[in-house]
Amino acid sequence: MKYRQAYFDEPLLFEKFDGETEPLPEGLVPKALERKSLELPNIPENDVVRHFVRLSEMSFGIDTGFYPLGSCTMKYNPKFTEELAALPEASRIHPCQDESTVQGALRLMYELQQMLRSIAGMDAVTLQPAAGAAGEFTGLLLAKAYHEDRGEQRTQVIVPDTAHGTNFASAAMAGYEVVEIPSKEGLVDLDALKTALNSKTLAFMLTNPNTLGIFEPEILEIADTVHDSGALIYYDGANLNAIMGKTSPGRMNFDIVHFNLHKTFATPHGGGGPGAGPVGVKEPLESYLPVPAIRQDGNEFKLDYDKPKTIGKVHSWYGNFGMFVRAYAYILRMGGDGLTKASERAVLNANYLRFRLQKVLDLPYQELRKHEFVLSCAKLKERGLRAADVAKRLMDFGFHPPTVYFPHLVDEALMIEPTETESKETLDSFADAIDEILAESPDVLKSAPHNTAVSRVDEVLAARNPILSWRMWQEQKKAGGEKPQ
Amino acid sequence: MLDALGIASVDELFKDIPESVRINGLTLPAGISEAEVVAKVRKVLGANKTPEKLPSFLGAGIYDHFIPAAVRAIQSRSEFYTSYTPYQPEISQGVLQALFEYQSMMCELTGMDAANTSMYDWATALGEAALMAHRIHGGKEFVVGRAMGRERLQVLRSYASGVGLKIKMVEFDANTGQLDLDMLKSQVGPDTCGVYFENPNFFGVFEEKVDEIRSLVPSVLVVGANPLSLAITKPPGEYGADIVIGEGQGLGNPPSYGGPLLGVFAVKKEHIRAMPGRIIGMTNDAKGKRAFCMTLQTREQHIRRQKATSNICTNEALVSIASTAYIAVLGGRGLRKLAVENMTAARDLARNINHLRRFKAPMFKSAHFNEFTVRSKIPYSRVHRELLRRGLHGGLSLEDRFPELGHVALFATTDVHGENERERIIKALGAIE
Repeated sequence: MKYRQAYFDEPLLFEKFDGETEPLPEGLVPKALERKSLELPNIPENDVVRHFVRLSEMSFGIDTGFYPLGSCTMKYNPKFTEELAALPEASRIHPCQDESTVQGALRLMYELQQMLRSIAGMDAVTLQPAAGAAGEFTGLLLAKAYHEDRGEQRTQVIVPDTAHGTNFASAAMAGYEVVEIPSKEGLVDLDALKTALNSKTLAFMLTNPNTLGIFEPEILEIADTVHDSGALIYYDGANLNAIMGKTSPGRMNFDIVHFNLHKTFATPHGGGGPGAGPVGVKEPLESYLPVPAIRQDGNEFKLDYDKPKTIGKVHSWYGNFGMFVRAYAYILRMGGDGLTKASERAVLNANYLRFRLQKVLDLPYQELRKHEFVLSCAKLKERGLRAADVAKRLMDFGFHPPTVYFPHLVDEALMIEPTETESKETLDSFADAIDEILAESPDVLKSAPHNTAVSRVDEVLAARNPILSWRMWQEQKKAGGEKPQ
Repeated sequence: MLDALGIASVDELFKDIPESVRINGLTLPAGISEAEVVAKVRKVLGANKTPEKLPSFLGAGIYDHFIPAAVRAIQSRSEFYTSYTPYQPEISQGVLQALFEYQSMMCELTGMDAANTSMYDWATALGEAALMAHRIHGGKEFVVGRAMGRERLQVLRSYASGVGLKIKMVEFDANTGQLDLDMLKSQVGPDTCGVYFENPNFFGVFEEKVDEIRSLVPSVLVVGANPLSLAITKPPGEYGADIVIGEGQGLGNPPSYGGPLLGVFAVKKEHIRAMPGRIIGMTNDAKGKRAFCMTLQTREQHIRRQKATSNICTNEALVSIASTAYIAVLGGRGLRKLAVENMTAARDLARNINHLRRFKAPMFKSAHFNEFTVRSKIPYSRVHRELLRRGLHGGLSLEDRFPELGHVALFATTDVHGENERERIIKALGAIE
């Protein structure tokens, strides 16, 4: 399928500012604080709507086309969950309302926690973290509280080289030294792990299947080894979509896990967010979970702040409730059987696409993958091409490119995760497009994309000469010099 | 597909999961139809009382403003809401331009040069601001005004714990509700990496001595604000703030039981490389056309890993887009009118409550924005129950948060209230014995 994205030479809203500022009534705002002018545009509603509709046409969502962004689980976002989250009973309730007036919200959160507990095989869940990285940070604070409660000061977090970048950053933000261990044949090197582990280790962070899409078969030995040193083992739930109903983090002896509701449980990603990153723990860590906990007392639900050992809070209120409504409805719709089938189909789709593409690009490490796989474009270098060139050219065929240059241990990586909600026809058309692209002249790829709203964007200029707002741009224009159109 | 892979069943694709960790399906109930799910979820949520049934005077950072239908129509464009973080700029120009416009609007409101596309909420924006102040200055103490939300303080403590930042408090003046400047002077020292205060603060009170506060802060000044108030008050950039944060939920997004929210985060130009979060920049495409892309990514976790300025990846971009649409629909003039209306309504409501025998409002002698304290002669829990019985939800009790204030609650009013709701609450409060 060839694709042609819309292009509008759409001005910035600020370019329509009419110079008008609404006057303030006398004596309302204290003199010392009175604001004289506000340079925000005044535009008829019809034109505002057209502006944003045009911008939306210069954007690409799952509803536009295939979006095989590895590790991001871009599955179809059901429409009925959007309608439910928009109901006034979900959207217009205030977080400080008397508990007796929000029993529905509390019940929904309580039941969602039970569902997630059961899917992950954990003992307790908090919904509070607003995203996966916030879940990681929360998990590490829990591990810290757990160890400190036992009189232990631990200072290091071990992360494999295949881990998501957030693992490293979350560990650093929680105040820990990051110890990176190299993998062996795309898997955790048990010897390297043993060498890295010591009495200073707080936790080992792992995703299973890992970012190559390979399941770590020695997971129980890994968990035992970590536990033997007194450390905890953390499950990065970004790849949970591969294993529902087949195994669980709990069964693999993980102590802490975060979920990404915006991946596994089909809540939309909104051009970057909001997501939701609930955290599940085994019983010994339950008392440290953030406040408030949600308790069931007969037929009534309550917020419980009386948790003396809690780590405190990681979000103003209870987390991204709007996402809870969507995920809850999705899980009810799918059921235990449906979620298991979703993982089966996600893995089948990934392996089918892997089978088609390993004929034309290199597949490092073993063949069998779970929900995603990583190809190397290294051999294209002899034609002067890189992974990015293939990625950019894919857009001309109406596909969002896969994740590129990650994980770092694969040279010129393309990381592909099709998800369960794509048909064989779509997978075939994507593989056909890659076949066709690889047969094209290098010049066509290097100058791609050709059919998107704009051609290749100068990211180097953007970083060298940052223009981050209308205000900064106006200043630059005044100062002259290097500037965009 | 099974044939192509040469396997008989999908089970063979899971043979790499050892028996020792296998489970046989999930214990959740079987799936049900869309119609059944909709009925069930509606029933569960039906136990919630919305402001339509129970007019509410809660605020405390989360405000229920009227949202023009155009905002939801724009936010519901599925090219926006079903897209991922715009890693590939060529195919994502619309999302990128909308987010650039968001950053530009936040800069205009706050008087700052640059803004990121969002933090999770006001509280995590505060946590990140403290860490950023520490990165800039190096000091190990962060000073905050006590007239702030308890939740924000708790989240700040979580974020500060990693680098071992000490949080020092500055009291508010019992008479004005404003920052106690003498105490600020005594709390600030050479190890203070930054000072944070809110304007308006948690009690709805405006800080007016902003230049004096700035002169007392030798390091990074962080100001927290309700962005709507900034439509009519001096932007913190004009009184020397280095970082301005706030809660953007009220700009076109419903309260949603406290999430998703929108952490506003804006800074002065000299600090852009120390900022957390996604930032959109303006540049050119290969043919010289104006284009946008994510920029300064070497600050971020996916490039810099443990040396990143923050771990944030997924943020609240769609909420930012909705806020951009909201401000665009209202326009600069509409936003100022709305701020004036809300402030006037709160002032008038406070005056009317103050006329009641058992109540004083506001208890602080200062200008207030859209909310104010109400002190009652009887325990507020009793007032609260009486109001609920009359089909009204009063403000947030402050009895456990600020016990020294006595029987006090925080009341907010917005444009979702008509004269009817305001008259009802005055009447109901007046009827309490």
